[in-house]
Amino acid sequence: MSGLTKVILITSVLGLAACDNVTGGDVNSTTLNGGGAGTVVDQTSPTYFQQEIGDRVLFVVNQSTLTTEAKGILLSQANWLLANTDYIVTIEGHADEQGTREYNLALGARRANEAREYLVSRGVASSRIKVVSYGKERPLEICSDESCYSQNRRAVTILTGGLTG
Amino acid sequence: MRTFLAGVLLAAAVLSQAGVATAQSGPLRIEITDGVIEPLPYAVPSFIAETAAANEMSAQIARVIASDLSGTGLFREIPASAHISKITDFNASVQYADWKAVNAQALITGAVSVNGNRLTVRFRGYDVFADKELDGGGLQFTGTTEGWRRMAHKVADSIYSRITGEGGYFDSRVVYVSENGPKNDRRKRLAIMDYDGANVQFLTNSASIVLAPRFSPNGDRVLYTSYESGFPQIHVMDIGKVQRRVLSTDDGIMSFAPRFSPDGHTVVFSQSQGGNTDLFTMDINSGKLTRLTSAPSIETAPSFSPDGSQIVFESDRSGSQQLYVMAAAGGDARRISHGKGRYGTPVWSPRGDLLAFTKQNKGRFHIGVMRTDGSEERLLTASFLDEGPTWSPNGRVIMFTRETQGANGRSLLYSVDISGRNLRPVRTPDGGSDPAWSPLQN
Repeated sequence: MSGLTKVILITSVLGLAACDNVTGGDVNSTTLNGGGAGTVVDQTSPTYFQQEIGDRVLFVVNQSTLTTEAKGILLSQANWLLANTDYIVTIEGHADEQGTREYNLALGARRANEAREYLVSRGVASSRIKVVSYGKERPLEICSDESCYSQNRRAVTILTGGLTG
Repeated sequence: MRTFLAGVLLAAAVLSQAGVATAQSGPLRIEITDGVIEPLPYAVPSFIAETAAANEMSAQIARVIASDLSGTGLFREIPASAHISKITDFNASVQYADWKAVNAQALITGAVSVNGNRLTVRFRGYDVFADKELDGGGLQFTGTTEGWRRMAHKVADSIYSRITGEGGYFDSRVVYVSENGPKNDRRKRLAIMDYDGANVQFLTNSASIVLAPRFSPNGDRVLYTSYESGFPQIHVMDIGKVQRRVLSTDDGIMSFAPRFSPDGHTVVFSQSQGGNTDLFTMDINSGKLTRLTSAPSIETAPSFSPDGSQIVFESDRSGSQQLYVMAAAGGDARRISHGKGRYGTPVWSPRGDLLAFTKQNKGRFHIGVMRTDGSEERLLTASFLDEGPTWSPNGRVIMFTRETQGANGRSLLYSVDISGRNLRPVRTPDGGSDPAWSPLQN
């Protein structure tokens, strides 16, 4: 994994860890501590899920349709979840800032649900998946152009179980 | 924490007319529907302090009145440094010639007395060039000293109403979301303030995201969306007691965009299930839910007509965000927005004649107004990101959120006259978004 990608991932993790009352907060702190070694990562670990499988899919402006790339990532997520049944997930849907607040909440819900539907279609039990939308309230990247917007239009799969021991 | 609304007891009384003056010539009047306005020059000398304890307040009250009137863009103050006459006796005849000489077309005089925590404010308005008092005569307000700004607003509302023929809006409040911190770590708190940004009080801490508050019809409660549970849910807060409860309770179902019906008994809002967002109403006492829309598209940002018979909302059922009107019980909806671009956040004016909305077109955001059938669309603002209009109680002014561009972008409150004139920032201690204007206070 390139250094740049790593920086982006860590930024993302910090961004999420800053959220209050978000169920994924503890998971992300754990990841941050366990991450950076750059050696062989346990394939059953959340770190592997986030960094090697990919915990997020990106969307086109105003769209919630899954791209081919997104489907590939979600298929890997589904396979991982089928193999690691201790975990349940929350999928967070997000929008970029180019939209009104409440519409973007609904749009984020659509995106999160598209990701959820795909995981379910690949065999993940729907009872293991919650969805929540943050609309445009939690951008990762803060510039006001497409390079940032494209990273903010996302559905992120947060692992929320199986962390004991 | 102090109570917000109950603390000020106001009583108004009509004072007997000073001087003679009953000749009926054309009354002093600003017709604010006209295209171009030359602000009306007026003077408001410091009010007379009738007790020693009223010294400071008597000057401050005149300053708040001036801020209200000049802030409309319809009035222009003649500063005290230009005044020839001094007002030393509230009941003495005014020297009209001295006020004509400085071109003050309107004159406001007043007297203030403080006894313990009791405050009495008396005032009169004059039509200087007609040599007479404004119709309506002098008025007296009594209340507690902590409500002194409200009394000043009431004086200004009275003067504004008499000269413009419109209802006032200065004695009102705004609930909004106070914003702090960078865009990727924004802290949001529910806050309430006077319409002019004074007396800010925070109603929630910044531990969870809060969005889009709305006042109840009589201003005693606020509906808003909170992520306190981890999911967006609708909360209702009694702002006198700062007590809140969750209205929607189903865990894992997102509820947002709540607004009261005009009778205060019903809440219309959006619920997202399986990625689909529809409109529902809830009886606020029984909790009974009624589905209003069932389309695979997004239906949100509802707003009741003032008579409660209709709801305007936004939907992307046509492929992009547009405005629709339907009966308050649901059913067929009629699309009313037909211009270029996307339309959202419709809000019915308190007069019932106009809708305010947010429009996105060619990468710019606008606040605009249109008739309730979608005709006569008029854009009032343009910027990188304007959204979320709310109406002043008299339907003349719109307050909204303006966010600036880039990594250091900030969110601030602005107001604009529905003519498109007088765009100005509303001062808040931090950033602000999602303002909602209260009705005029009692």
